Amino acid sequence: MSSVLNNFNDDTICAIATAMSDAGIGIIRVSGKEALTICDKIYVSPKKEHTLLTHKPNTIKYGYICNDQGDIVDEVMISFMKGPHSYTREDVIEINSHGGMLVMNEILSLLLAKGCRLAEPGEFTKRAFLSGRIDLTKAEAVMDIIGAQNKFALDSSRAQLQGSIYKEVKALREDILYQMAYIESAIDDPESYDLTGYSDKLKEKVTAMSEKIRKLLKTADEGKIRKDGIKTVIIGKPNAGKSSLLNALSGNERAIVTDIAGTTRDVIEETVRLDDIILNLIDTAGIRDTEDLIEKIGVDKAKEKVEEADLCLYIIDSTSEIDEEDKQISSLCADKKTIVILNKNDLTGDIKISKDILPMLFSGSEPVDFPVITTSLLNGEGIEELKRAITELFLGGEIAPKQEIYITNLRHKELLSKTVESLALVIDSIEKDLSEDFYTVDLTNAYVYLGEIIGEEIGDDLAEEIFSKFCMGK
Amino acid sequence: MIEVREKIDVAIIGAGHAGCEAALACARLGLETVMFTMSADNIAFMPCNPHIGGSSKGHLVREIDALGGEMGKNIDKTFLQSKMLNTSKGPAVHSLRCQADKMEYSKAMRKVLEEQEHLYIKQAEVTELLFEDTDDEDLKKEGYTKVITGVKIFSGIIYEAKAVIICTGTYLKSRCLTGEAITYSGPNGLLPSNYLSDSLIKAGIELRRFKTGTPARMDGNSIDYSKMSEQFGDTPVIPFSFDTDPADVQRPQVSCYLTYTNEKTHEIIRKNIDRSPIYAGIIEGVGPRYCPSIEDKVVKFPDHDRHHVFVEPEGTYTNEVYIDGMSSSLPEDVQIAMYRTVPGLENCKIVKSAYAIEYDCLCPGQLHPTLEIKNVRGLFSAGQVNGSSGYEEAAAQGLYAGINASMQILGKEYLTIDRSEGYIGVLVDDLVTKENFEPYRMMTSRAEYRLLLRQDNADIRLRGKGHEVGLISDEKYEKLLKKEEMINAEVKRLKETTVGANARIQEFMEKCGSSSLKTATSLAELICRPELNYDLIAEIDPDRKELPADVIEQVEITIRYEGYIERQQRQVDQFRKLEKKLIPADINYDDVSSLRLEARQKLEKFRPTNIGQASRIGGVNPADVSVLIIYLDSLHRGTENDK
Repeated sequence: MSSVLNNFNDDTICAIATAMSDAGIGIIRVSGKEALTICDKIYVSPKKEHTLLTHKPNTIKYGYICNDQGDIVDEVMISFMKGPHSYTREDVIEINSHGGMLVMNEILSLLLAKGCRLAEPGEFTKRAFLSGRIDLTKAEAVMDIIGAQNKFALDSSRAQLQGSIYKEVKALREDILYQMAYIESAIDDPESYDLTGYSDKLKEKVTAMSEKIRKLLKTADEGKIRKDGIKTVIIGKPNAGKSSLLNALSGNERAIVTDIAGTTRDVIEETVRLDDIILNLIDTAGIRDTEDLIEKIGVDKAKEKVEEADLCLYIIDSTSEIDEEDKQISSLCADKKTIVILNKNDLTGDIKISKDILPMLFSGSEPVDFPVITTSLLNGEGIEELKRAITELFLGGEIAPKQEIYITNLRHKELLSKTVESLALVIDSIEKDLSEDFYTVDLTNAYVYLGEIIGEEIGDDLAEEIFSKFCMGK
Repeated sequence: MIEVREKIDVAIIGAGHAGCEAALACARLGLETVMFTMSADNIAFMPCNPHIGGSSKGHLVREIDALGGEMGKNIDKTFLQSKMLNTSKGPAVHSLRCQADKMEYSKAMRKVLEEQEHLYIKQAEVTELLFEDTDDEDLKKEGYTKVITGVKIFSGIIYEAKAVIICTGTYLKSRCLTGEAITYSGPNGLLPSNYLSDSLIKAGIELRRFKTGTPARMDGNSIDYSKMSEQFGDTPVIPFSFDTDPADVQRPQVSCYLTYTNEKTHEIIRKNIDRSPIYAGIIEGVGPRYCPSIEDKVVKFPDHDRHHVFVEPEGTYTNEVYIDGMSSSLPEDVQIAMYRTVPGLENCKIVKSAYAIEYDCLCPGQLHPTLEIKNVRGLFSAGQVNGSSGYEEAAAQGLYAGINASMQILGKEYLTIDRSEGYIGVLVDDLVTKENFEPYRMMTSRAEYRLLLRQDNADIRLRGKGHEVGLISDEKYEKLLKKEEMINAEVKRLKETTVGANARIQEFMEKCGSSSLKTATSLAELICRPELNYDLIAEIDPDRKELPADVIEQVEITIRYEGYIERQQRQVDQFRKLEKKLIPADINYDDVSSLRLEARQKLEKFRPTNIGQASRIGGVNPADVSVLIIYLDSLHRGTENDK
């Protein structure tokens, strides 16, 4: 039994808190009752003395980490935050070392040897949550900040951490609660509370609430795109210029080549950042290797990939004629967000296809209204226009002002959608002329869904779910 | 005096609505039961209003009946008027209410008790609870420190009992107040019980003071009914009990009368408010917000220019009438002036003045969800002494405590009813989990899942449990199963039977003012249309078999409100997930150091049995509950690892 209790809150935990790469500096974080005594065993001052126990809270100390043989492992700065004035409300020590993986791992091993336990993913934040320092939304926001890929995602996560979602959702919840309370009072005490004409008023209020949530949800789609990026597939006939486009995109903007296979369901091979927008390019390998996705994986498979994508960049060589193969490709992306790129692949050839190509290209399907951009990728021409087209397509061309709340978390989005559905059912009940006591079934659901967003309703495994998604050391 | 010792199984202290149900339950389950009362002539006495049932209380009576209790059957025998309330609203809030003939109600209940095998009525004041400290490690682990051994009555005779159920209502150290006039008595001038409180305190039980009140009773001959509007009962009458033959309750009914207070009434009250013992600070007990005195109503709703006043008969044996809606503790001279401003009461003669009554009751947070005192094995309590108000609330608790005391003695599993299974579950959970600062009254709004907890399906919800504990006979239970079978078969048939969009059907639709069919449509879908119902569509449903009215009612509700019922059921599933996460009885909340101090104190005080219950304790917030869930999970993982 006692070991379990230790596990729960008596352990002192440690982990590397910075990215696992050979960066300039790295931080190893230690939290728990024994943080100071354990660190003291491996730290020596410039005078080679173990002086950590007299370390003043909220100050930084310079010195060395030594191994059992007394050899210096690294030169470090140690900061000490005494509980409860720390992130976890426990004693927290952060060892700022030189960032090499080898060095950090060695320091970590020393800490483990002296009695620390390696922190589970998200355990620091979990402790912060368990100690009441942060609520569940804030905990989620921490997770989002850690996972944030660009400035927008970071901003919205930070806003969330400040509690903007909390405030908005809380206000909606209070509105609903008031209505529920009114109905309940009227049912229990009809003499004092009158329900005549109430349903019309309620309908108005519920409609307004739904509208508000729908707006939030709209930001969710946008927020998701800003935060997670746009899943993009480049398609086109062989030699239409797919690899040139890829190179132009990544070359111009310093492509971030990531190795995150398996972290999402889709295999994203390259991530390209265009200012505020991230393009997650899928199946670029096909393009790089064979210059022909369809040839390599077959039409069915290609169709699948296109279906998965948020955006198709359909590139056509404007110096050649449209043929059956083009039409086959266009049938794949007719019902997707598509940008048609007319590329002059050859610096000298004549342009045979112009911007009014769409009706012919998509003759087999409903009329489409895709942006058509002409480029000359070999010169790097047209990339700016392409970027604008993408921004236009996904963000309505506007970069939204920062103060606005963005719903960037999938869990929040799902709960908001459910809230809207419940409110729609309330309106349905009103329209069906059912009596007031029916309204509360769905008002309650709406109230609970909103509560789950801000952690004021208890989902039975919500906490575990959130913390299991955390990164190590946070 | 020579020590006399009697050996019995269960001692019931009190013969009010809680005591009667508790005593009957224990005796019917074969236990030797003695019911102690201060006055054997006042069994099942109704010291306040003359009705049984009403909004949400009617649900309780139905549930009591479903479980095998007596209240529903007794009111079916003795009602003067019966009415289904809230019929303009949904089925969840329909509620049956009967005007009782108070004397007949009491006599009929006494007869049932006297005829019950294993039950003996003893007129005596219980002055002391007998208990001893326990050495039993298992009991200690469950939190018990003492075991009940019996009771002692005023004469000194000891009754050794395996269980004791306290059903003392408002009689513990009670005093009645009418303005400055204070009498140290129980309700209606009956004797108070002045010794038992001390014995409870000795057992480590925390007591507090509550108050409630009742309006004046008037001489019916002094009232001018022509100035009031007559309120009739329903025809036909729907019986309370599932076992009563509806044919037996169709009898002549007595009317009630409705009148209103007015500005003059309110003026008198406002002018004399400083003479009200509550507003003057003489009363220390806390009164019920939901059953307010007329002076409370006037003070709290200053913008209401009138309040309902119902004039209701007390019984056929007397002229006395009850002035519902105007309970008060103002001095008698103010009462006379105030009542006489009400149309029809201008010349009223007061037989019994309105009064407030103050009494000791215990803080129900000290109770297990079985209504057993947490630290005293075998000591149960039920009814108004638990801080509730109302006959129905009392009866429900009496039955529940009676069953559970019996289960304990018989070594069987306790009866549990959770919040999704019955109003009784809501009542008990609210009492033992929440800090009630005023007398607790059942209300529809307290039941989260009320669409499932309807008065019309109480038998379907709870008869099985009644059968399980042994209060519902096999025969009655089988009757219920047959009813369920009929309901399910008919719902299925209506969903599967379709009518085509042919001329005959369209003509029928038009006749009913319903829009014409576009395609073949099931009968169930037709029933869902607001302008149609089961009876109406009989014409186009030639294959239907004749079914009992209560089956048709269930069929119609099931079909018509299917979507709502399903959504509520999902809420229940969610609720059950947390109820199923049990908290070990010997948990040490100090080990869960990340709990906030307030939460830890509250959890320590209430010691909830599961996470769901923990989440309902005031002062325990969702973050605390998450902490607890994570702690319990780690505990659980730990034990798995140890294996």
